[in-house]
Amino acid sequence: MIIPHPLLGPRDAAEFVYLGDASLIDRPDWQAEGAMEQFHDYGYLRDNPAGQHQELWYHEQGDRSWLVVTRDTLTHEITQVELARDVARARGRDK
Amino acid sequence: MRYSAFRIFKEGLTGNKGWKPVWRDPEPKAEYDIVIIGGGGHGLATAYYLAKEFGHRNVAVLEKGWLGSGNIGRNTTIIRSNYLLPGNEPFYEMSMKLWENLEQDTNYNSMVSQRSILNLFHTDGQRDAFVRRANAMFLAGADAELADAAALRRELPFLDFDNARFPIKGGLFQRRGGTARHDAVAWGYARGADSRGVDIIQNCEVTGFDIQNGKCLGVETNRGAIKAKKVAVCVAGSSSRVMAAAGMRLPIESHVLQAFVTEGLKPVLPGVITFGAGHFYVSQSDKGGLVFGGDIDGYNTYAQRGNLPVVEDVAEGGMAIMPMIGRARLLRSWGGLMDMSMDGSPFIDKTHIDGLYFNGGWCYGGFKATPASGYAYAHLLAKDEPHPTAAQMRLDRFRSGNIIDEKGVGNQPNLH
Repeated sequence: MIIPHPLLGPRDAAEFVYLGDASLIDRPDWQAEGAMEQFHDYGYLRDNPAGQHQELWYHEQGDRSWLVVTRDTLTHEITQVELARDVARARGRDK
Repeated sequence: MRYSAFRIFKEGLTGNKGWKPVWRDPEPKAEYDIVIIGGGGHGLATAYYLAKEFGHRNVAVLEKGWLGSGNIGRNTTIIRSNYLLPGNEPFYEMSMKLWENLEQDTNYNSMVSQRSILNLFHTDGQRDAFVRRANAMFLAGADAELADAAALRRELPFLDFDNARFPIKGGLFQRRGGTARHDAVAWGYARGADSRGVDIIQNCEVTGFDIQNGKCLGVETNRGAIKAKKVAVCVAGSSSRVMAAAGMRLPIESHVLQAFVTEGLKPVLPGVITFGAGHFYVSQSDKGGLVFGGDIDGYNTYAQRGNLPVVEDVAEGGMAIMPMIGRARLLRSWGGLMDMSMDGSPFIDKTHIDGLYFNGGWCYGGFKATPASGYAYAHLLAKDEPHPTAAQMRLDRFRSGNIIDEKGVGNQPNLH
């Protein structure tokens, strides 16, 4: 697979480390009501869809940026790549 | 029809005209006691033990494609029970004992070959870990044998003992481990289940569940609705997709594992050998091909094919322990879908929906578990309580903290 890095252009997927579903950006509030249950779901349950999947890749052997890659799990086709920082900011997760 | 040497002799003399199809091709009935979703190794084994051991014959196995078209026909055929943790090892040892008697039990030649499995170690620390594992195996009634490098040199002289980076210091044998003919396992169970009245319905895809007031009353399929008192899901890599139809999210990611086979060679490998410093395992099939594999690709996928970096990694693992493998030509490679769980261990459990049961999360270790998985799942379905060896394989174990993490790497499925 080739991942089109938003800053560096097309890079071999072997340069990256895969973490998993991009929902990991949405870490629950540990002080919230029902935080135990929320952290269980956050830590252990996954949608695991067949089709479009937003996922986190870390460019370890590159610029060490975290990316949110939108990829089809049936065809491996990549349709969108964003910096995870931008995605997190847009979701109000980062300053 | 019972298979025997006499039967082969008789058929040979009479033009082989007496052989019959091994299982029927029935139309689905409107209702069953138990419907099993998934006609792979585990589903067929479940049906077989339900009929044979627990007396449930009003059972259907629904298979989307053809019988045994999934991972039961795509694995590297290794059978073993060399696990560490109490939640796993007694279960896999039960599986090993069922393997040892499988052919007599099913009257079908599954070519179970106890040709041994050897896990190599390359450091003192690894040796100590294997000693601990061997003791855990003894506790569950399994066999284990520690061999030093000198003993291995006599038995397996072709290994690269003096490798500069990963010298081989010894290994842990399980002599009762080995291989089995994977397709024949599915066929033997299918034949045994069918002859006891189980309906095996191929080309029948489950499209949804009939769930009312927290109770599962049956399934919807592309061949009509089928009612059932109990519905047992057993679909490996497709677990998340099927259970999503019941509104459930699972602690599972689907990944691809690649496998490889070389051209046929003269006998060189007496048993199964695994690399201790990377991920590589190899055995030789009865046709002569070296069958081997390594790590999963490491990203979510439902495509039954992998990428080249893992091919390279697996080839490097092979070259590191037995450089002669570099002279063999690779014939084929393929991929299968692994339902990788959050702690690397499987589930055989009820769900919160009454009458809906789940078996999955086998990661890339499902083949060796086939007999015990079927037996324990049948036990759960028949008695509504878990088999003692599978009692820890619960869906709620992450909530309670009772995880079964052999490697201790945490909730990162692609690292198990």
